[in-house]
Amino acid sequence: MRRTVFPHKLLPWLLLAPQLAITLIFFYWPAAQAFRQSMLREDAFGLKTTFVGLANFRKVLADPAYLNALQVTVLFSALVAFFAMGIALFLAVQAEKVIRGKGFYRTLMIWPYAVAPAVAGMLWLFMFNPSFGTLAWPLRQMGVNWNPLLNSTHAMILVVAAAVWKQISYNFLFFVAGLQAIPRSLIEAAAIDGASRRHAFWTIVFPLLTPTTFFLLVVNTVYALFDTFGIIHAVTGGGPGKATETLVYKVYNDGFVNLIMGDSAAQSVILMVIVILLTAFQFRYIERRVHYG
Amino acid sequence: MAAITLKDIRKSYAGNEVIHGISIDIPDGEFVVIVGPSGCGKSTLLRMVAGLEEITSGTLEIGGRVVNDLEPRQRDIAMVFQNYALYPHMSVRENMAYGLKISKLPKPEIEARVARAADMLELQPYLDRKPRALSGGQRQRVAMGRALVRDPAALLLDEPLSNLDAKLRVQMRLEIKDMHLRTGQTTLYVTHDQVEAMTLADRLIVMNKGIAEQIATPLEVYERPASEFVAGFIGSPAMNILTVECRDGGALLPGGHPLALAGLPAAGQVRLGLRPEDLHPAQPGADTIPVELRSVEHLGADAFGYGTIAGSEMPLVLRLPGSTRAQRGERIDLRPDPAQIHLFDPADGRRMTARTQK
Amino acid sequence: MAEASPFAARGAGRLVAHFWMILGVIVVAFPVYYVFIASTHTTQTILRPPLPLLPGPEAVRNYQDAFSGGISKIGGVSLWRLLANTTIVAMGIALGKIAISMASAYAIVFFRFPLRMACFWLIFITLMLPVEVRIQPTYKVMVDLGLIDTYPGLILPLIASATATLLFRQFFMTIPDELLEAARVDGAGPWRFFKDILWPLSLTNVAAIFVIQFIYGWTQYLWPLLVTNSNEMNTIVIALKKMISFADADTPWNLVMVTSVLAILPPILVVVLMQRWFVKGLVETEK
Repeated sequence: MRRTVFPHKLLPWLLLAPQLAITLIFFYWPAAQAFRQSMLREDAFGLKTTFVGLANFRKVLADPAYLNALQVTVLFSALVAFFAMGIALFLAVQAEKVIRGKGFYRTLMIWPYAVAPAVAGMLWLFMFNPSFGTLAWPLRQMGVNWNPLLNSTHAMILVVAAAVWKQISYNFLFFVAGLQAIPRSLIEAAAIDGASRRHAFWTIVFPLLTPTTFFLLVVNTVYALFDTFGIIHAVTGGGPGKATETLVYKVYNDGFVNLIMGDSAAQSVILMVIVILLTAFQFRYIERRVHYG
Repeated sequence: MAAITLKDIRKSYAGNEVIHGISIDIPDGEFVVIVGPSGCGKSTLLRMVAGLEEITSGTLEIGGRVVNDLEPRQRDIAMVFQNYALYPHMSVRENMAYGLKISKLPKPEIEARVARAADMLELQPYLDRKPRALSGGQRQRVAMGRALVRDPAALLLDEPLSNLDAKLRVQMRLEIKDMHLRTGQTTLYVTHDQVEAMTLADRLIVMNKGIAEQIATPLEVYERPASEFVAGFIGSPAMNILTVECRDGGALLPGGHPLALAGLPAAGQVRLGLRPEDLHPAQPGADTIPVELRSVEHLGADAFGYGTIAGSEMPLVLRLPGSTRAQRGERIDLRPDPAQIHLFDPADGRRMTARTQK
Repeated sequence: MAEASPFAARGAGRLVAHFWMILGVIVVAFPVYYVFIASTHTTQTILRPPLPLLPGPEAVRNYQDAFSGGISKIGGVSLWRLLANTTIVAMGIALGKIAISMASAYAIVFFRFPLRMACFWLIFITLMLPVEVRIQPTYKVMVDLGLIDTYPGLILPLIASATATLLFRQFFMTIPDELLEAARVDGAGPWRFFKDILWPLSLTNVAAIFVIQFIYGWTQYLWPLLVTNSNEMNTIVIALKKMISFADADTPWNLVMVTSVLAILPPILVVVLMQRWFVKGLVETEK
């Protein structure tokens, strides 16, 4: 709490006005609309809307397509979070082992952060395009019938790879910062105590990285849930079949392509609840982190 | 330059009063030190004078003008902060000139004033450095300089020396005193350090729990502390204060020792204050206190003895001559100087007027 | 150079680490390198895998062609226009967010007024809900306000989030009270304090937030997809997607690759050139 402040009463409102206005118009109003719409149903011609209570939610949650999207999302998010964090942690540890060239490696590692998810998806599609992809070519030479546009496993592998690739940069920076924040004396004490590097890593370093890991877990999950829309839209369009249709993709599809407003709104509300839970989880973690400090 | 008058100044936070009505007239040019333990409200009082804290009730005048509702900048004051609060991105010169620039002084005038202050504070070689390139003492001087260039009606200092090491603190203390003698600025100075308080002040405000326990010159505060709190706070080692039972011509000490001492009430309990330096080794007699020494610390010129009144657990601190050979475990007898005893009311801790006190 | 990391390996261990790093860097950088190479070859070469690993002779022609109308033929709008649109959106989001969030953080931290905390929470909650979860109703608001196919339509909804406000608030709270007090005693009001003291001290944070938000703006996808109907208003990412989704035998892949390079290059340059602030800002403030 600040001890000293300016005594003005009107000025702070003027300063807040732009953000409040934008927040109310583009955030609260639409969010309220989403809630309202999630309880309404339009007839086939969009002429009449009726209040249906929680019926849309019941319908959505009973819809096999929705459950499929849920399943796809869980699998996709788990794979993306696991590989993006695992590879980034491995590389961060390697980066801390070297003495020369750290800055050089870091500069090259952070590129993908700047690449739009949709473009990342397209890059991977170029490389693994079954007809002209340079990296699909050796696969086909080896006898793999590689075709992400038709084979749902291949499609999933491709979108996961693109999503992981894009997220490694971010995780790498945080893991490097996390490693650098570990007190030097602890590593040295472990070395004097005779712990091997591997042993010291799993018993000392990894537990001390827990706060960073937790934080990244939440960030990566949110990333996999929302930011990867572009990748999926650009690479597979949710297909083949519905093999790569995630929850966000389905909201978009139902709302803008199939125009089932009530369902789409109900799905939006469910997504909001998921995000709020994740955020609450993150806050619990932040409180713990304060304890560490 | 100006006089400052506080009339029954009070401060409450959410209905909770923390400053309980302080009044003082500070004539032009006086150096007043507000001293007290942490949390006594001394900084709050200073910040109310500065205008950084609202005054809940009472009137504050600076230079004969009521300034209660004026912004700090309208009060014609300057302030030195405990952590100096130098603007980290500005050079020493810019730091000192900032306030003058805001008050739109002409450039040559600003330069002249900064140069004069820099001269006085020996900051000339550092004018183009950033604060982070300065030592603690130099930063302190810049903070002083920033206050002095304003030539304010009143100079306010909030624990300006407490972030310095002991040696530098002594040096800066002398410099501040010197500077005050030269500029004659009305000054309010907050500290928790009694040495700073005693050496710098023309007058002291000793504060405790939001109350001014005593407002007087340093010597008066030392010689006639207005309350038990002041007696314990000013003086090092602190005054010994014992509860004694008065009887005709003397008192009964803890441990059951009778002590012949003039100036006590005829009967009843009082709190008897004896400064360590007013207890003198003597041959045992009716007017001496027997003390068992627990330990002796030799400081060279002086020695501090820590003991208890024989036969009791009542601790007593003594200031002995440096040449003393007294050792722990020994028993010595001490005669209090009857002219230097202090009596306090056991009920409220206020000073009692004794019959024979000067 | 600073002290070596306590994790620094010796001898062979260090070589192994270098090996993994080089491998990692190759994997990470390869896709970007790949499009760059592809953008210097003819469509025929691109369509006949494997692609050569070195730049081809067509670089100058491909880029010239792309900038002088080649893209208009496949995307319906010139490459210049796409780059201009994307720059306007990215800069608009970055600068707009910095402006409104600094103002509101300043109000919340340096003033006391009724409902102050209510305002803070009102803004703070938006942190939890990305635009993706409320696209349909937000889209409807845009239609009602006539913001489809306009720059404000592309920019405004994306600056409504709280991230930058929180970062500035956090930073402002680390400014010692005494600094504000000293400034007030020196006679500075809210505007002077901001201009002379807070702004210079915030520059590193502003730079970090600028990079993060510029990237955020440049890489937007779902939102521009929805609020732009006219090709004239496309960002480069959307245009690229349109080009490949209508791909047929005649698609000039060399020009698509040039477009890809130009969609990637500006944000990479921003990140690499402003790396110092970006990394510091990302790691220190996003937590």
